[in-house]
Amino acid sequence: MTGTIEKQTPPQQIRFRDKKTMIIKCPYCGPRDVIEFTYQGDATRQRPDPASSDQTAWNAYVYDRTNPMGSHREFWLHAGGCRQHLIITRDMATHVISSVGFARDAVSSGREGDRP
Amino acid sequence: MAEPQSPLGHTFVPGDHGNSAGGIGLVLTERNDVSIVQVTAWRGTIPAILAAISDVTGLNVPDKPGAGRSAGEKSAFGFSPGRYFIVAPSDDLEERLRKAIPLETGTIIDLTHGRTAIRIKGPWSEWVLSKLFAIDFSEHGFPVGFGRATLHHDIHTNIQRIDAETFDLYVFRTFARSFWQTLGHAAAEVGYRVE
Repeated sequence: MTGTIEKQTPPQQIRFRDKKTMIIKCPYCGPRDVIEFTYQGDATRQRPDPASSDQTAWNAYVYDRTNPMGSHREFWLHAGGCRQHLIITRDMATHVISSVGFARDAVSSGREGDRP
Repeated sequence: MAEPQSPLGHTFVPGDHGNSAGGIGLVLTERNDVSIVQVTAWRGTIPAILAAISDVTGLNVPDKPGAGRSAGEKSAFGFSPGRYFIVAPSDDLEERLRKAIPLETGTIIDLTHGRTAIRIKGPWSEWVLSKLFAIDFSEHGFPVGFGRATLHHDIHTNIQRIDAETFDLYVFRTFARSFWQTLGHAAAEVGYRVE
C-alpha cells in the first residue's frame, strides 16, 4: 500500500478529554468527588397511602420516572464520607448542582427520637 | 485481657526505606497502644455528648463539622453529624465514656479491635497523603485538630490532623496491611522511616 494515513483522534479520546469531575458539596464534609457518593433515586416521588390498594398509584410510584432534561431533585448517600443521606437538586443535562441538604432535615423533621 | 496483635505483621519493618539516602521525608508509626471509641449523639443531644467527651478526656471539641482536638496521645474529632472518634491510651476509655453517656444521651461503640491507627509525620506528609485521598490536605482546608472521613480506593479511612505535618489515620483492621504497603509505596520517593 502507498500513500499516508491521516491520523485521527479516536472518538473515545475526545470524550475522555472532555470529561469533567463531578464535585458534590456535602453540607458536613465540604466539596468531595462523586466517587464518594451513591445515587439513591428520585426524591420527587410521593408514596401512596400504605393502606391504599390503588394498583395504578402503586405502579406509578414504583416504576414511573419523569426523567426531565433539566433540574431534578434526588437522593444521594455520602457513603465514602459522613454516611449521611442528602437531597440534591441537579441539572440532568449539565450535572450542575444547585442545592444540597441533609435528607433528614427535609424528610423526618419534627419526628421524635430520630437518629442524628 | 488478650494481647492485641498488629495486623501489619511481617510488613511492619522498622528502619529506613525508599529513597532515604536523600533524607527522611516521613516517619510512619503504628499507634497500637490506644483505645478507639465511636460516640454517637441522638438528635438534640450533641451539646451533652461534647460535655461528656470533655469530662472524660479533657478535650473540648467545638460543635462544628469535622472539628476536633488532640493533646498528647488523646484525640477527639467529629466525622459525621453527631458522631465522634475518641482515642486515648487507656484500656478503660469505653467504660468511662459509657458511665458519662447514658443511652438517653447517645450510643458508644468500641472500635479498638476494628481499626488500626497509623501516624504519618514529616514535611512530606501532605504530599504523600494527597496521592491516596482526594481531599484538600493544605492547612487552610484541613486545620489542626480537625477530622475527615474519606475514601482511599473505595476503602473508608478517618483522618485527623495533629499538627502542621502530622496526621493520624484510622483504617479498617482487615485492610490495614494492604493500606500500610500502599502507604509505603507512596512514601518511597521521599524516603521514610518506620518506628
